[in-house]
Amino acid sequence: MSSGHTAADGAASDLASAYDTGEALTALVRRSNTLVFCGSGGVGKTTTAAVATMHAARMGLSAVVVTIDPARRLAQALGVTELGDLPRLIDPHLWDPDGERAPGGSLAAVMLDAKSTFDNLVQKYSAGPEQAERIIDNRFYSNISSALSGTQEYMAMEKLYELHEEGEYDLVVVDTPPSRNALEFLDAPNRLTRFLEGRAFRVLTAPARGGMRVINRAARLFLRTVSRVLGSEVLEDVVEFFAAFEGMYEGFHERASRVRELLSSEQTAFVLVASPRRDAIEEAEYFAEELAAMSLPVAAAVVNRLHPRFHTSLAEATRLRAEGLARDSDDTGDGATAVARLSDLYANLASFQEVAFREEAQLERLRKLIGDAPLARVPFLGDDVHDFATLRLLEDNLFPQEPT
Amino acid sequence: MLREVMDLPSLLDSRVCIVSGKGGVGKTTVSAALALGCAAAGRRVLLVDVEGKGGLSALFGASPLGYETTTLAPGVDGRVVTPDEALLEFLADHNLTWLSKRLQSMNLIDVVASAAPGIKDILVLGKVKQIERSGAYDLIIVDAPAAGHTLTFLGSAQGLLEAVRVGPVLTQAREVNELLTDPARCKVVLVTLPEETPVNETSETADALVDMGIQIAAVVVNGWYPGGPSVTVEDVTRDAASAGIVVPEVEAESLVEAANFRAMRHELQLHQLGRLEDLLALPFIVLPFLFTAALGREELDVLAAECASQAATLEGAA
Ligand SMILES: Nc1ncnc2c1ncn2[C@@H]1O[C@H](COP(=O)(O)OP(=O)(O)OP(=O)(O)O)[C@@H](O)[C@H]1O
Ligand SMILES: Nc1ncnc2c1ncn2[C@@H]1O[C@H](COP(=O)(O)OP(=O)(O)OP(=O)(O)O)[C@@H](O)[C@H]1O
Ligand SMILES: [Mg+2]
Ligand SMILES: [Mg+2]
Repeated sequence: MSSGHTAADGAASDLASAYDTGEALTALVRRSNTLVFCGSGGVGKTTTAAVATMHAARMGLSAVVVTIDPARRLAQALGVTELGDLPRLIDPHLWDPDGERAPGGSLAAVMLDAKSTFDNLVQKYSAGPEQAERIIDNRFYSNISSALSGTQEYMAMEKLYELHEEGEYDLVVVDTPPSRNALEFLDAPNRLTRFLEGRAFRVLTAPARGGMRVINRAARLFLRTVSRVLGSEVLEDVVEFFAAFEGMYEGFHERASRVRELLSSEQTAFVLVASPRRDAIEEAEYFAEELAAMSLPVAAAVVNRLHPRFHTSLAEATRLRAEGLARDSDDTGDGATAVARLSDLYANLASFQEVAFREEAQLERLRKLIGDAPLARVPFLGDDVHDFATLRLLEDNLFPQEPT
Repeated sequence: MLREVMDLPSLLDSRVCIVSGKGGVGKTTVSAALALGCAAAGRRVLLVDVEGKGGLSALFGASPLGYETTTLAPGVDGRVVTPDEALLEFLADHNLTWLSKRLQSMNLIDVVASAAPGIKDILVLGKVKQIERSGAYDLIIVDAPAAGHTLTFLGSAQGLLEAVRVGPVLTQAREVNELLTDPARCKVVLVTLPEETPVNETSETADALVDMGIQIAAVVVNGWYPGGPSVTVEDVTRDAASAGIVVPEVEAESLVEAANFRAMRHELQLHQLGRLEDLLALPFIVLPFLFTAALGREELDVLAAECASQAATLEGAA
């Protein structure tokens, strides 16, 4: 907020740069075949991912979004109230009521079901249906496929890869679970395969032969102790699982590296979503640094839930005015209530200007970090975002377009 | 019937209070404010951070908390209880230090955690239970984890009771479950925002907690905008004239826009709070959205005073 400009100047130059951002973001959507929306909890990843996918569809692309744990009403709007494996097409009347979309545009959505995605992988890489069944029926497997931290992250990437490989879509947009750092999902495939490999565990449970005897005596003690702490059934499940999984690591491993390749491809873009608060921006910075360290730069950032900016003088001046008026309103006499009312309005304006000013400062930090990548500003809408009308409203903010 | 006047300590009358809610709603801020409010009423309070992220101590202007107890404010201590350290301590308590080294060196902690899902939460809550038993504090406030759901964290004990049949982990799960389901020892404070989705989710969480036999002390609705009238430029011009001051036109427009934004937000929030009150028959505390810069000790004191004065207006359970 610079004091030299008039309100109208500021508003005009803001608009111009908003159109530039809108154009850059639209270009990004057009040249990518994969968009990954990431960021910390509750910042708006699921919502903005849906908006971007809808935008792509309206641009004439066939686009699909993999959403994770959407709020129920958003899920209803997207027609994905149940977990599923196959994306569902969304009726164009819903997202393009005026028939403005470019030819070829289609919009589909699927709600990630980590367990069934995992089951499919097991089926794909098992030697036959019996091996798959043994694994899928195992209790330890059902724990890792539903509760192991990182499984959901990995399965989101896996689903992305599947949809990409099928080649049915021009653009696959993927939402991510809330995470504090980028490694949580980027490294998830590797972590999970390492886990599944369970090298240490296999050594422990391998049958004793020759030179292994010494290790095995220790191993027996180890296993006995673990089963004393956790109960023997629990341990049996684990041992059985690793036995059943024998022979499948290689397939999983190879798959994980292909997923990783897709993530580092030129056509994959990471969109970082943040809210304009200091702690959220710090997490976003950390995220961006981690991505950069892996040569996966942030292709765009979205700062969501911004307070409105009311252009006029500086917040300090407004605040002083409010305080001055408040003192005046202490005098009784004609117009005292009018002064008090005005003082309240000035104080209120000052509060919002202060918030907007601070948000702007946070936003600048992010802007520095992402260099030339576009940074979109999305206001807080007041109401929740759970139907296509509000998604459209967000689209106008995320991809502002100069009226022609 | 006599109307008993409430105060904050009698609202939070269990020895453990778990502050829970979705990511970013204000759990850490509310935990700290409640701790200060209870300390002001003479209680010795321990704040427990289960993530070791540093947000809690930063609010007090202190350096990050560790596994050792440190003093954050008069009457308020703080410490971290993380699953990894709780596991080491648990095994050490059972003379199994060698096992924990083994688990770590072979990267088997995750295997164990998956074999018995919820074990990490149980270890954390088990440690909290141990502190509670020691009687060193009148009130232990747990700033619950952001990741994962309230229900996963608090349901870990009941889940493990089904999965594990024998051994010290079972004993631990049983004792944690006893703690959670005894309202004299433990209650939950749910933190939420006056927005549609958080309201829906809070109501669902509250119902599920009741089913699990876990009692809720209060719901804290955070980030409340002040109210104010909707106005027009004419209103402003008229007031300016009768006050005999000059308000430039652009400024009048901004005043009007800001006032109407405030009124709109307030209206929406009122609607959501009304829904929540209809859904849940529980004590509510409504905390203002603070327009100040980053929150610190001063803002915590404002929120703590707010908690205390609102608790005083609640009707005591006869
Ligand atoms: N610009 C906005 N204006 C108003 N409400 C918004 C806006 N963006 C998101 N929301 C609302 O905020 C809530 C959180 O958004 P969303 O679910 O997209 O976040 P998320 O980052 O996916 O969260 P999580 O980390 O929990 O998955 C939703 O209820 C959504 O409707
Ligand atoms: N009443 C309030 N007024 C203004 N800002 C607030 C208020 N309560 C919380 N905040 C701000 O909102 C953000 C989130 O608050 P806090 O860290 O307490 O939430 P949390 O639920 O603990 O988050 P997490 O899930 O990440 O642990 C912080 O930036 C905090 O300063
Ligand atoms: Mg989400
Ligand atoms: Mg927190």
